[in-house]
Amino acid sequence: MKKVMMGNHAVSWGVRLARAEVIAAYPITPQTQVVEELSEMCATGALKARFIKVESEHSAMAACIGAASTGARTFTATSAQGLALMHEVLHWAAGARLPIVMADINRAMAPGWTVWTDQNDSLSQRDTGWLQIYCESNQEVLDSTVQAFKIAEKVDLPVMIVLDAFYLSHTYEPVDVPDAAEVDAFLPKRVTRYKLDTNDPRSFGALAPPPVYMEMRLRQQEAMEEALRVVDEVDEEWHRRFGRRYGAVESYRTEGAELVLVVSGTIASTARYVVDQLREKGEKVGLVKARLFRPFPTAAMRKALAGVPHVAVLDRNISPGHCGIFAEEIRAALYDLEPASRPAIHGYIIGLGGRDVKPENIIDCVDRTREAARSGKPTPREDVWVGVQP
Amino acid sequence: MSQIVIKDKIPREELMASGHVACPGCGGTLAMRLVLKGLGPKTIVTLPACCWTIISGPFPQTALGVPLLHTAFETAAAAASGIRAALDMQGDKDTTVLGWAGDGGTFDIGLQALSGAAERNEDILYVCYDNEAYMNTGIQRSSATPWGAWTTTTPVGTPKSHPKKDLIAILAAHRIPYAATATVADPVDLIGKVQKAKAIRGTKFVHILAPCPPGWKTSDEETIELARMAVRTRVFPLYEVENGQRWRFTAEHPGDPVEPYIRKQGRFRHLTPEQIRHIQAEVDARWELLKRRVEFSA
Repeated sequence: MKKVMMGNHAVSWGVRLARAEVIAAYPITPQTQVVEELSEMCATGALKARFIKVESEHSAMAACIGAASTGARTFTATSAQGLALMHEVLHWAAGARLPIVMADINRAMAPGWTVWTDQNDSLSQRDTGWLQIYCESNQEVLDSTVQAFKIAEKVDLPVMIVLDAFYLSHTYEPVDVPDAAEVDAFLPKRVTRYKLDTNDPRSFGALAPPPVYMEMRLRQQEAMEEALRVVDEVDEEWHRRFGRRYGAVESYRTEGAELVLVVSGTIASTARYVVDQLREKGEKVGLVKARLFRPFPTAAMRKALAGVPHVAVLDRNISPGHCGIFAEEIRAALYDLEPASRPAIHGYIIGLGGRDVKPENIIDCVDRTREAARSGKPTPREDVWVGVQP
Repeated sequence: MSQIVIKDKIPREELMASGHVACPGCGGTLAMRLVLKGLGPKTIVTLPACCWTIISGPFPQTALGVPLLHTAFETAAAAASGIRAALDMQGDKDTTVLGWAGDGGTFDIGLQALSGAAERNEDILYVCYDNEAYMNTGIQRSSATPWGAWTTTTPVGTPKSHPKKDLIAILAAHRIPYAATATVADPVDLIGKVQKAKAIRGTKFVHILAPCPPGWKTSDEETIELARMAVRTRVFPLYEVENGQRWRFTAEHPGDPVEPYIRKQGRFRHLTPEQIRHIQAEVDARWELLKRRVEFSA
């Protein structure tokens, strides 16, 4: 069934199809329509879930932790300040190995007050132990939300679905809504190995002194490594059942490319357009879309970029005092390649705080990269800030 | 004769093992033992950072015979709400969800989540075992610390200069179905309140005074006597509030002078007779207010 819906409602529909049992959430612009739609779905009975209207995002995640520990399929959604407020309990959810799914609508961090998009909110949560999947379209949002529950429950780790504020959250697109019975076959009811159960009383999260703590983190890391495989496996199953797949990393027109753009989120759509234009002119420019950020798909990223002479990473984020975060991660991932096949990485900071990323901005990145390539000088480690006032 | 009556009124089943790691004379440990006796095995406990994080034992041990979810400091009421929601979805209406927190996790850092859960009238029982300071971190003041008390962050030169927060009044203002105080010195009263709370749907709150020998600078064997004195002096009256409106005393409060209670505790050793008179005046004033509430709702 095709429906025209905003990105936020695509999240809600994904949650409905996944038959989440407990939702705990707090409203924040630009996430509000996710929880409004879910409230409606719960009110009409279209989704049979308990929706806890908590008094903060911190309590939202804490309630999710309680519910998921009791065996429920659990969901929340937030943005920016709300995600930052959750930080402590994001560690808790992941460390407790709870398969909670969350949608984060990428919104820049204040001050100054902003509701517009960039990725610093979600990327600040990089080391909390959550999987992170960045989406480009509303279809991808719905599909990824359902996939997320299956991935999370297979590896006992929480998953964050990430989408751009407004460019996706509030933009209406046609979305193919899969048949509920077919989704049920893809995603059966959650099965737990351990949960809070009065017939089998156990203690969860007890004091972990030095002789045991490190092994807990090792198991978590092993689950993350397992998740790399599971993300692909679930994506393939989704493709078999519903005809769509996304991959951890997507290569677009990279054959024989001398320059490859690496982007994430909705910038990917604009970059596809730019690559098409340039290819039409016979220019050897391609695109890699980074969809999975945690666990970082090192092997897939190497495969996609090995042998490309120049790579331009467009980061809608900044690690102050260092560089764009995707560029940093990609540099680290490619470092072990043989020097002959190791690309020069050019970093660009773009579109912070919701600034529009237009085709000409992306072309600007392409031009600057070519210019740097022609100069023959070593690639500068400093990022170029694109589209800023002097 | 009275011993036989008490024995009959306290369930024999032990849901707390003796192998915990509490300090000798810990009021908070006795409180847990009694509360679980009142609730029985169909109970799920969630507890945030507090002395009980340690008392229950390190991984992979547990001192409790019921499921236990450790959670972050400020989240007891929110985590309990989540457990309740999941049980509801599983059609389990019988299991009691117990949020169990110290005074720091209740009066201070967890108050927002507790207020949220109380306003939503979540079907949970929240118990605060109140030892009147951050004892697990080594005796720092909380907003439950009484006026004049020494702690490591209110040293003798600048003792606590604000009165203890009136938490039951805050909970009563949420008009939750049941709020009550109790102490470890009166197990029959405590267990009776817990069992009453268990039978009520909605948010129930029980505030238990739990003397702490290392924090109060008292002897291990004085815990029960101190808790009893706190009630008799009206420092910690025993009462319950239904729906935020019906206030009722549940014990006799003869109004013994506070001085012997204060003098027993090293944390008040620095107080002058004038300062103790100030405490007496505060206790008298709060008693009058509480008495009027009880009379008004009679």
